[in-house]
Amino acid sequence: MSRAMPKGSPWPPARSADSQVLLRTAKLAKTYRTDGVPVEAVRGVDIELGIGEFVAVMGPSGSGKSTLLHVLAGLEPATSGEIWLRGERVDGLSTAGWAILRRRHIGFVFQFFNLLSNMTVADNVELPALLAGAGARQARNRREELLAELGLTDKATAAPARLSGGEQQRVALARALANEPSLLLADEPTGNLDSSNTRDVLRLLRRTHDSGQAILMVTHDARVASLADRVINLFDGMVADDAKIVPIPRGVNGVRDVLELRG
Amino acid sequence: MRQPLLALLAKEPAHGYELKLALEQTFGQAYPSPNIGQVYVTLKRLEQDGLVRSQDVEQTTRPNKRVYELTPAGREALSAWVDEPSDGPRIRDDFFVKLILAPLAGLADRMALMNKQRRHYLSLIRRLTELQADTDPADTTARLLIEGAVLHLQADLDWLERCQEELV
Repeated sequence: MSRAMPKGSPWPPARSADSQVLLRTAKLAKTYRTDGVPVEAVRGVDIELGIGEFVAVMGPSGSGKSTLLHVLAGLEPATSGEIWLRGERVDGLSTAGWAILRRRHIGFVFQFFNLLSNMTVADNVELPALLAGAGARQARNRREELLAELGLTDKATAAPARLSGGEQQRVALARALANEPSLLLADEPTGNLDSSNTRDVLRLLRRTHDSGQAILMVTHDARVASLADRVINLFDGMVADDAKIVPIPRGVNGVRDVLELRG
Repeated sequence: MRQPLLALLAKEPAHGYELKLALEQTFGQAYPSPNIGQVYVTLKRLEQDGLVRSQDVEQTTRPNKRVYELTPAGREALSAWVDEPSDGPRIRDDFFVKLILAPLAGLADRMALMNKQRRHYLSLIRRLTELQADTDPADTTARLLIEGAVLHLQADLDWLERCQEELV
């Protein structure tokens, strides 16, 4: 069922909103211009993400999933509409304002890792903490803790290019989590990984979720999406569906029907 | 369950309860435990069709048990089943029929149907993932069965996306 937001009624002013809401958008739109031709990638999206909630965004290619995520991270400006984060309106922030907001509150994981190739793994993970004003020792401690958690301690001094895809994605995740963001935005984080690396990344995402951080994740991978609390389906730049995934109790017929031998 | 029972009887004669246990053992914990009544009914039908025959075996301390064995016709039917390629699953998909017909009858709109179905598939995948995690890693049969079910559901989701692109 679509959770349509009331039309025509503006969002409540900052801070008076439901304190459990971490992120929300109102009539958010993004139009690109390619060779002067407008392409409406996101067309009036109203979504809400609760504190600590894990939501998957699915939809066909070209439905606006990645664009939405980039706009929510301030990596691209919205064309119109509103973005509220932690009760404050943020869509009007300057590039520098967004950079500060990301450092403090938003972690971003790209499909193709986007690690800084001329820095070591350790420096890639430490950089966000240093940029956010952490002391050298504090940044190093956090980095050591994260790399240990991700089984990457022995790769700390390596260049990212020497790592496998799965390892690079784990480093990217460590970097995104360095400042313990309340919101993790992930764009197809398992899109280029084999199944065993996918499992590792999922384990980390689950741990992130368990620690109370919210995750908004674009994914094509049904196994990954099935772990979310809720799934949003985008179609033609609009929300076609937004509802919880209802867990099937153990021992119910649904699974048996799938497994039933034929004949 | 006709063919699985024939296949087990091709190995050795057995009575109904032994066949139920053998099915459970062979397919591991992923296979829904067969209902003993269903096993007996199927054996009776197989006997009526001349594919198995049975005889009572006396037991000293318990009631007689009925032991089944494969007939030559049964062996032939089993070979024919083994030899023929199996249909792909769900060629006549119930959901697809619903998707096409329900809007015509004014019963539902397609987007709502597809959304509901997508969430159902995702719930099933989640449940199967849990089932996989609970499955003994040494139980290869069960693991492969679950993985097959998940892959089918992933294909169903991909196909749902195609339906969405073409029909909406």
